[in-house]
This record gives sequence, C-alpha cells and structure tokens, in this order.
Amino acid sequence: MGMTHVSTTVNGDREEFLCDPRETLLDVLRDKLALTGAKEGCGTGDCGACSVTVDGRLVCACLMLGVEVEGKSIDTVEGISTDEELHPLQTKFIEYAALQCGICTPGILVAAKSLLERNPDPTETEVRYWLAGNLCRCTGYDKIIRAVMDTAAEIREAT
Amino acid sequence: MGVEGQNIEEMQFKVVGTRPNRPDGIDKVTGRAKFGADAYAAGMLHAVCVRSPHAHAKIVKIDASKAEAMPEVKAVVTRADFAEGLTGEDWNILENVMAGEKALYDGHTVAAVAATSPIAARDAAKLIKVEYEILPHVTDVDAAMAKDAPVIRDGTADNSVPEGLHANVVRYHESGHGDVDIGFAEADLVIEDSFQTEATHQGYIEPHACLAQLGSDGKGEVWCCTQGHFNVQKVCAALLGADSSQIRVTASEIGGGFGGKTAVFIEPVALALSKKTNRPVKLVMNRSEVFRATGPTSSTSMDVKIGMKKDGTITAAEGVFRLQGGAFPGAPMEFTAMCAFAPYNLENVNQIGYDVIANRPKQAAYRAPGSPMAAFAVESIIDELCNKLGLDPIEVRLKNASKEGTRSSYGPRFERIGLVETLEEAKNHPHYSAPIEEGHGRGVSCGFWFNHGGETAVTLALSEDGTAALSVGTPDIGGSRASMCQMVAEELGIAYDKVRTTIADTATLGYNEVSHGSRVTYASGLAAIKAARDATDKLCSRAAARWGIDKEAVYWENGFAKPSGSNAGEFDPIPLEDLTKDMGATGGPIVGHYEATPEGAGVSFATHIVDAKVDRETGQTSVVRYTVVQDAGKAIHPTYVEGQYQGGAAQGIGWALNEEYIYGDDGRLQNSGFLDYRIPVASDLPMIDTVIVEVPNPGHPYGVRGVGETSICPPLAAIANAVSNAAGVRLKQLPMSPPRILEALDKQANG
Repeated sequence: MGMTHVSTTVNGDREEFLCDPRETLLDVLRDKLALTGAKEGCGTGDCGACSVTVDGRLVCACLMLGVEVEGKSIDTVEGISTDEELHPLQTKFIEYAALQCGICTPGILVAAKSLLERNPDPTETEVRYWLAGNLCRCTGYDKIIRAVMDTAAEIREAT
Repeated sequence: MGVEGQNIEEMQFKVVGTRPNRPDGIDKVTGRAKFGADAYAAGMLHAVCVRSPHAHAKIVKIDASKAEAMPEVKAVVTRADFAEGLTGEDWNILENVMAGEKALYDGHTVAAVAATSPIAARDAAKLIKVEYEILPHVTDVDAAMAKDAPVIRDGTADNSVPEGLHANVVRYHESGHGDVDIGFAEADLVIEDSFQTEATHQGYIEPHACLAQLGSDGKGEVWCCTQGHFNVQKVCAALLGADSSQIRVTASEIGGGFGGKTAVFIEPVALALSKKTNRPVKLVMNRSEVFRATGPTSSTSMDVKIGMKKDGTITAAEGVFRLQGGAFPGAPMEFTAMCAFAPYNLENVNQIGYDVIANRPKQAAYRAPGSPMAAFAVESIIDELCNKLGLDPIEVRLKNASKEGTRSSYGPRFERIGLVETLEEAKNHPHYSAPIEEGHGRGVSCGFWFNHGGETAVTLALSEDGTAALSVGTPDIGGSRASMCQMVAEELGIAYDKVRTTIADTATLGYNEVSHGSRVTYASGLAAIKAARDATDKLCSRAAARWGIDKEAVYWENGFAKPSGSNAGEFDPIPLEDLTKDMGATGGPIVGHYEATPEGAGVSFATHIVDAKVDRETGQTSVVRYTVVQDAGKAIHPTYVEGQYQGGAAQGIGWALNEEYIYGDDGRLQNSGFLDYRIPVASDLPMIDTVIVEVPNPGHPYGVRGVGETSICPPLAAIANAVSNAAGVRLKQLPMSPPRILEALDKQANG
C-alpha cells in the first residue's frame, strides 16, 4: 500500500513523515517520530495510556490514524515541560507517589493537564470522572486524585 | 533481636522511614522512561504470533508458504525451531511458549513470523494456514474433574494424586493437625458452604514486549519487561539449546506485573526468529493476546466448614480447594490450602488442595497467588457464624488470632507476627465505629501471606567522591530503587541522593530470583544492607591502616570511621569521602558484596474494613469506604508502602465485583479486552485509607516484611461480607457482578 506524506506540528516543532494509511497516530509517534512517551496498553481506546491532545482536544492516539493529523498540532507527554522546570503536575505526581510502575503516567498527565486547562477548580468527583478513561492498575487512584487536586490548588494560588 | 544483634525496636533511623522522591520519578513523568516496547535497534524486524482459535485441537499441518512468499517476511518459526528432548518444567514452558502436537487453549501460540514492519508481520500472520483437528475441551474446574471430562494431557499427574481421581487432577495437597471431627462435635454452630471464584487477570497496563538478538555464535541479547531477567535468561537458554551465560538479558522499566511477568512467553520466540534472520527482532503482544495467552489466576471451587462455640472460639475448620490452572500443572492450590486458616490458632484443622488442568492459559502468579480465594471462602463463613451467633467480627477474630508461638494451620510455629496488632488498629479505627448508613453493609476480613526470600546477589561500588552505586538483580516493580537507596544511605551514613540503584543485567551479577513473593524490599534490601556493611568493613580496614591500629579497633558510624574507645588510640574520625578519594592507592576499589539465599522473610497479616452499598433494582454495587490495616514489619518508605496497600485493595475490589474470564461453550475467551474485562477506573473507587502497623520481622536487620501481596488477601472476603450484609443474602460466587447479585436477591425473595 502506498505511503502518505503528512506535515504536522508535534510539541511545537514542525514534523513530516510518511505513513501507511493503516498506521495509527500512536504508531507514528512511537515508531516514526521516536516519541515513546505515549504507550499502547490496549490499542482499542480503553486504557488511555496513549492520551495526547490534537489541536487541544484530548484523544487516544491509538484511535486516530496517522494520516488524520495533516496540518494539526499534537501535544504529548514529552512536551509538558519544555525547560529545566517540571510542570506542577509532574512535580506533584512524584511528590505524592501518584505513580508506581509509571506506564499509565504519561497518559494520565496529558489528561489531567487537559482537565486543569478547562476546569481549574475540579471537585474530586470531576477529577475521577475525567480520568475514568485512564486505567492505572498499581495505585488504586487515591494518590493520583490527590496529586491532581493539590496541583489545581497550587496553580490557582499562583495565579 | 535483629540479625546483627541490635534490638530492632530501639534502632534510630535517619533515612529509613522518610519519604524521599523516587529516583525514577522524572523519567516516568516526562515520558523518557524506557519500557519493554520502547526499544528499537538498527535493522530490527517485527514479529507477530499465530495463535490457536480453538480450546483444544490437534495441529495437523502448518502451511506458511504464502506468508514466506511476501518480500517483507524474513522468517517463520514453529515448534521445530526450538530445542528437543526437554523434560520437566523446561518442557512445560516450551509447550506453552510454542504448541507442539496440540493447541491446548484459545490463544496458544502455534507459529510466529518476523517481517520488516509491524503491518507486514500482521498481514503475514494471517496468511499462515494452520489445519486443526478439533478435540473436546473443558474450561470449568468442577467439569474438568468430572468422570466424563476429556483428558487434556494424560500422564501429567504426579505421584501426590490419590488413586481414582480424573487424569486432569495433576497434583494433590493435604495438611493440618488435630481431629476435626472432635472439634466439630464441640461446636455450638457449624456452617459448611461452597464458593466459586472466576479467573482474573493481573491486568498490568503494559503488554509483554521484548527486543531480542541471537547470532550464529550463540551470543544473544534480550531487552524485555519482566519481573525476573535471570529467569528469562535461564528459560531462553533451555528452550533454544543455548548457554545461559551467552544470553545477556536486560530488564526494561516494567509497566506492572503483579506476578504475571514472572512467566516467560515471547522472548524465546523472538530469539528463535532472530537466530533464523541474523537480525534483531521485536515482539510486542497486543492486549487481546495478553488476556488470551498470559497471566490469569486459577479459577476455584471451594468447600469450607467451620465450627464455633457461642463465645466465638473456633473449634475446628476444614476446607477443600480445587484450583483450575490452565493446561499445565502449577495452580497454587497448596498456597490456597495453607493460607486458608493461617490467621487462626486452631486445635483441629484440615485442608486439601487439588491442582486441576483445563483448556485455558497456564495460570500465573497474581499477588499472593491462591491466598485471596481461600480468604473469600473462609472469612465469609466466619462472618456468617458471627452474624448467626450475634458476635462482633473483629472480637471473634481477636479471640482466635494466631500469635507468636501459635502452631500454624500449615505446620510451623509462627515467629513474631502482627495479626493481633492489625485487628486492634482496625477495631480502634474511626471507620469501624462509624455508623453504617441505610442500605449499606460493612465487612471485615483478615488475610495472610508467607512472603519470601530467594536467591539474591547485589554489589555496592563506592566512588572516589564518596557516592555509592548499588546494583541489584530484582526489577523494580513498586519503588524498590528508592527503598534500596534509603537502606544503603542509612548504613553508609550518607545522603539518600548520594546513592544510585540500578537494575543490573544478567552479565553483571549472580543469579537473582524473580521479583515475587514480596521479596524485594526484604531480600534485596537485606542484601543491600549486608553489602553496605561489607563496604564499611573495608572502609574501616583502610582507616585502621592509616592509623596503624588493628582493624578490629575501628567501627563505622554515621558516615565516619572511628576508633573504638580510648584503648584504640586518639584519632579524629575519618569521613567516607576521605577514605574513598585515595582508595586506588590504599588497596584499590572498595566494593561491598552480598550473595546468598536469605530465609528469614517474615509472614504478614492484614485486616481490611469495607463499607459497600447495593442497588437492589440493578444489582450495582459500590464500595463507599475502605480501610487497609497491614503489618509492614518496618516501612522503609511509608508512602510507597501505602501505595502497595491501596493498589492491592483496588485490585481486590475489581476481582470481587467485576473482573472475570468469560468462556463461551466453544472454549473461546469472550472478553479479551479492557472494555469487556473491566478493571476498576478512577470513578469506581473511593479514597483508600491505610494504617501501617510495624511489628518487626526478626529475620531482617531493620525488621522489614514484604508488603506487596498481603494487601490483596482480605479484599475479596471483606467486600463479599460487606455486600452480603448490605444485600441481606450471602454471596458465594465471584465476581459479585450485577447479574449475580440480582440472582441472589431473586433466590432469597423466592425462598
């Protein structure tokens, strides 16, 4: 099958790639652009480990095709902190032990950042439902929810 | 007294017991941590497995000619590409890794193909035609033991199995003491009932993945996500007929395992494909393959009988535990049997276990393998006895609790243990005294796990600048690098961030058993402490030489070599970095070692309290409050201990309420994805409260007990007790999914 040429922006950088029309955005990010932060936990949109944003919208990269991102802007976990400083969510996740194995962490951070951009003061229930599409098998979510709530409070205080 | 003669309870710690950030934290929040599927190599091929769609079938013919005709395809392997003449467990593993004459379960690998891209490999796999002769199958444990059940693998049973049982019963266990008949006769109330649990999957979010290379010189390299890379090395060598030492295995970051990544599935396949192509081969399972071919627990069928006096004293207990463990021997029925009554001091106890094979994937360890199911059956009956006799469930458990010196239900006498302490903490917890809301029910359960030591080797290399590099061979599955750094920092008397812990590859250390049995903080931790003491011993020698006194006259304290008393002479203490900076000139590199099989892993107990509510219209159940109380011995990093407690509880909630393997009449797994096999999501769960009890384990220098597994022992029972008390009817089958709850409520309404 012929390859399609795609131009896109990833974490602010212009990228071009050739992809098979059957390859997902996740395949492209990982195998062609060497951005392995997004993980494939299921390939069916159930686990959220591949969460990225496309033009600001939270999506599972395994449910989008690579050819669909022509002209679009993608943000991944690798783009959450762009300088020496971590994003407050990243700092809180380490501090709270909101990760154990860390495989779900990239997706959860992308999803949580997306939540806080929309809702700077979420309730516990809102955080739990927003993150219901991101499976974590290690933590029981307790420390994740606390880390997100505390980050939100810290960002509110800072602004 | 501790291992080194110190009184553990009087030890003062500077680093141990604090909560520093994990050393792998930044890697994991920035996406740069490298997991199994994150490795790439120049010239790499991608592999896909061809799997049986049948539960039980003879493999008549495999025709790969169409696949091999694709230009992108570089190799196909079948059973013929693996070692011949294997016996024992090596043969069983090979049979599971690549089917021989028969496919034994839906998802069993029968061939594999390597191609230049993942898409080409998937296309090629579809072109490999396998001709099957379908055989009768069985997937249910009780059905597999019945007279008319098809024999899956004749001759598998070992000599423990009594005569007259079906050929699918492959191992048998019986233990206990006293006379249960006498005990039951002394009881005021005897309850006997039957319980079933379905198989569940460990559900790690990272599918199995590896990158492997094997040259014609027999030298191999493997990168993979595993709980034990030394085991991967051993198994790969056996299955490929290679030398162990020529296959170097490096463990990637591991995206969850919970026992399921102690087994080996794909690494030998990738190596076989690499051998044929002389190119590196990457093999990554998809989620459906993970469900169909790896992991699950045993399913169980259990009968338990317990007698109790009116005052709550248990007079006798017996249980029969039948575990279906897939098409291979190894279902942990002896653990189920031995854990069942371990929390209680019993004069009369008897337990029997059956290991039963069926046409399902080979069961793998899942967090305290076998124990949670036993607790479900036993603790349900204790709850029922308490209800019927009007007794408080914690008081009854306290009355019968095992203590130091108690002869355990499975034989040995307990050393110092902390069950009573967890029960007292639970009794005094505000959760236990909180009023129970209308429509809610409360459940309590104890749980027990042995914990484990195992073969362990570490090295601790000091640097000239006074920092330390610890190499361990146990993959970090729960934050162990942080706790290792803490223990080394404590011993050396340097700061936490002056120690770096690395999971070393198989070429660097002696054999390390897999990260299982809650052994890592105990065994690798003990090894790290001993290696640090070996290093400080050597530091003391250098100081003694500098001072010109006997080595025995120097001791190590808080980062300094010091003369031991005025007889040794008046010398200023020498700090660590002063001794390491010129170590090249004073005797060479200073490296601490420890290689042994520590056997002092202390058993551990937990008590959980759960409040649940049941919607009587829909059968929907939710856990509204959850409290874990568990003995950690000594919590090296309390936050990570809490994480283990919470994680075990959450997995238990999934097991109790939702998760199950559903097989069709055709023997095919019907829910091999996270949509239909539903693990708990954030909106399903409450916060999970934790209480860390610390009753030191005399077998560890700081008193550590393993904490990873015991946390999943009580939840099934505690939740079942809560749900049963909320619903007003005893639930005896897991998961307690809405249809099962409605069925139980209907049965009750219709008498």
